[in-house]
Amino acid sequence: MTTTEIHEKLKAQFGEAVGPLSEPKVDPFAVVKTDRIVEVCRFLKDAPGVELDFCEDLTAVDWPKRNVIEVVYHLFSYKHRHGIVLKVEAARAEPSVPSVEGVWKAANWMEREVFDLFGVTFTGHPDLRRVMLPDDWVGHPLRKDYQEAGGFHGIPNLRENPLVELRRIDEIRIAEHAKNNPPPAPAAAKAPAPAAPAGGGAPPAPPAPPAGPKA
Amino acid sequence: MANRDAMDAGIGGEIVTSHTSQLDRIINLARANSLHYLLFGLACCGIELMQFGGPRADADRFGAVFRATPRQADFMIVAGTLTYKMAERLKLLYDQMAEPKYVISMGSCANCGGLFQLAYSVCKGVDKVVPVDVYVPGCPPRPEALTEGLLRLQDLVMRERWKDKRRPPAPSQAGGQRA
Repeated sequence: MTTTEIHEKLKAQFGEAVGPLSEPKVDPFAVVKTDRIVEVCRFLKDAPGVELDFCEDLTAVDWPKRNVIEVVYHLFSYKHRHGIVLKVEAARAEPSVPSVEGVWKAANWMEREVFDLFGVTFTGHPDLRRVMLPDDWVGHPLRKDYQEAGGFHGIPNLRENPLVELRRIDEIRIAEHAKNNPPPAPAAAKAPAPAAPAGGGAPPAPPAPPAGPKA
Repeated sequence: MANRDAMDAGIGGEIVTSHTSQLDRIINLARANSLHYLLFGLACCGIELMQFGGPRADADRFGAVFRATPRQADFMIVAGTLTYKMAERLKLLYDQMAEPKYVISMGSCANCGGLFQLAYSVCKGVDKVVPVDVYVPGCPPRPEALTEGLLRLQDLVMRERWKDKRRPPAPSQAGGQRA
């Protein structure tokens, strides 16, 4: 059954709750009304001849200009080897979508991931909590307006450019070495020579243990 | 050792071999040749870490065998990308190791966050959490590069002195002190 035929069946069953199929691209999608998504999914899973028993993927897309977060369902059928993509639009301010976890168990963790990264609440989900980020993480990172909180639990999230940092450390060490071992004769220009300022290519030094034994 | 001295004059630690006593030398020889490392392969560098212990770039011939528990390890090779979530566990395991302990940071992700420096969840370098002794650059570093890192660590150990062996805890760059 082609995707168009699956879409025809959907339209026959649900009427205006299912939008038109998108242009024939790689994965044609249809936008479904948010409150009917569970019925649509259950129909797609159980209808004879359609039987989309595999929830391949469940992700989201953040559209700040359109002020929606789209939740995307990639559905496939092992039995008939056909599939369709559905999209549901959730308002960006308080995104809330009914959970399809009752239809496909695979949606359990996928919806947790969407909650973790986008902040979309799935009503009816048995265990909606963060799945990848630490439990006390603030914010939803994949939103377009996400700002990092400047570190986590005291670990800062900024780092000097290693090229700049290593050059600075090199120069401190060279100065110390030159101070401790003054050049033996005015003609000997050996002291600054070994300091090959190889910049970024320099193998990073093993820094002496802080308060290590001083010469 | 002439080449190494020339290299180290600018970027290495101080060369104090002439200041170690005979007892120091014997003790350090024994310590340097049986450094056991804590397996801490986090990501792709872990594969090269496995090959470092494998037959070709054999770590065992230097006396470095892997230990799975921090209680029995002398140093820790952090191989791979460190995330903030993992950083707390890393600090916990580092604190469970007994002194004297060292850290080799393997690969760009462990050195400075590497390829994922702009990611929200990646800790920009292991030295924000634990003090690092040897940085091994690479993505991933070849096992031979890690062997060089181990040899540098051995040099570091050979240069230590008994009376200075209890080095004070280094101030890590982490601002807060986690309980």
